[in-house]
Amino acid sequence: MIIKINGKSEAVKMHSNIAELISGKSLCPDNLVLELNYRIVPRQDWQNVVLKENDTIEIISFVGGG
Amino acid sequence: MEDSLEIAGEKVNNRLFIGTGKFASYSIMKRALEEAKAEVATVALRRVDADSKAENILNYLPKSCRVMINTSGARDADEAVRIGRLAKAAGAGNWIKIEVIRDNKYLLPDNLETLKAVEILVKEDFVVFPYMSPDLSIGRRMAEAGASAIMPLGSPIGSNRGVKTRELIEIMINEINLPIIVDAGLGKPSEACECMEIGSAAVLVNTAIAVSDDPVRMAVSFSKAVCAGRLAYLSGIPAAGKIASASSPLTGFLRDKK
Repeated sequence: MIIKINGKSEAVKMHSNIAELISGKSLCPDNLVLELNYRIVPRQDWQNVVLKENDTIEIISFVGGG
Repeated sequence: MEDSLEIAGEKVNNRLFIGTGKFASYSIMKRALEEAKAEVATVALRRVDADSKAENILNYLPKSCRVMINTSGARDADEAVRIGRLAKAAGAGNWIKIEVIRDNKYLLPDNLETLKAVEILVKEDFVVFPYMSPDLSIGRRMAEAGASAIMPLGSPIGSNRGVKTRELIEIMINEINLPIIVDAGLGKPSEACECMEIGSAAVLVNTAIAVSDDPVRMAVSFSKAVCAGRLAYLSGIPAAGKIASASSPLTGFLRDKK
């Protein structure tokens, strides 16, 4: 199925959850905050939230900035 | 002499706030923050990409350094609010510099959108620092809306042009009963010192430190300049005059009376 991740369409496995998506991308969960369809999903819920077709995800982290 | 800046019940002893962008590496940034004994550092939020897999910048902030979230990248109030909520959810605390910019050439802030974001985020228990073009009326509105301090710009971000807005900032310092923190455009320590001499509560510097040949020493230099300016302000700077005023006595000269 196709979902939108950080503005780009990507194919992901059906029924995968957020935790699987993050580990599949080799991202370190500690550094991230995540929005699913414009709602923040707390890290402890990532395992329980199953992705659906056309979901919109933002995966965000801290960077240097003034 | 204790002379700390109190914001939202917390004491900040070092009045040099440091932005963390543009450093060649996180380890250099960390050393600059440590050597300058910085207590407040700004960070921004961005979408992850291949580069951001590496490390979490928050792990490079010294323990004594408080995080101030910067909403840079926000083009309106809603985006600023969204960034603030994300940063808080990610554990960055609740100190937030609201930066809303629609102008890409001069990077001047949109004061009205900034005010809207202040109104919303104050209600959500953020400690809010609006970054704004210096303006007394809007500054007062920011204060009424519950801002904890106000951050007028000295000159455009990263321009290293100094305190071009000095007179407007002085008006804000005199008329608004909140800490005024000059942010943006300070290119050298003497300009940070100047801000402190006129009564700024603190300054925020990023580019001038980060892109110097030796960011660690430059951070220390700015820190000393901020201390010097603050001390001068507290000491009461004498008024400037148009003609000379002798420093030595005008009597007892070694010559005959005529």
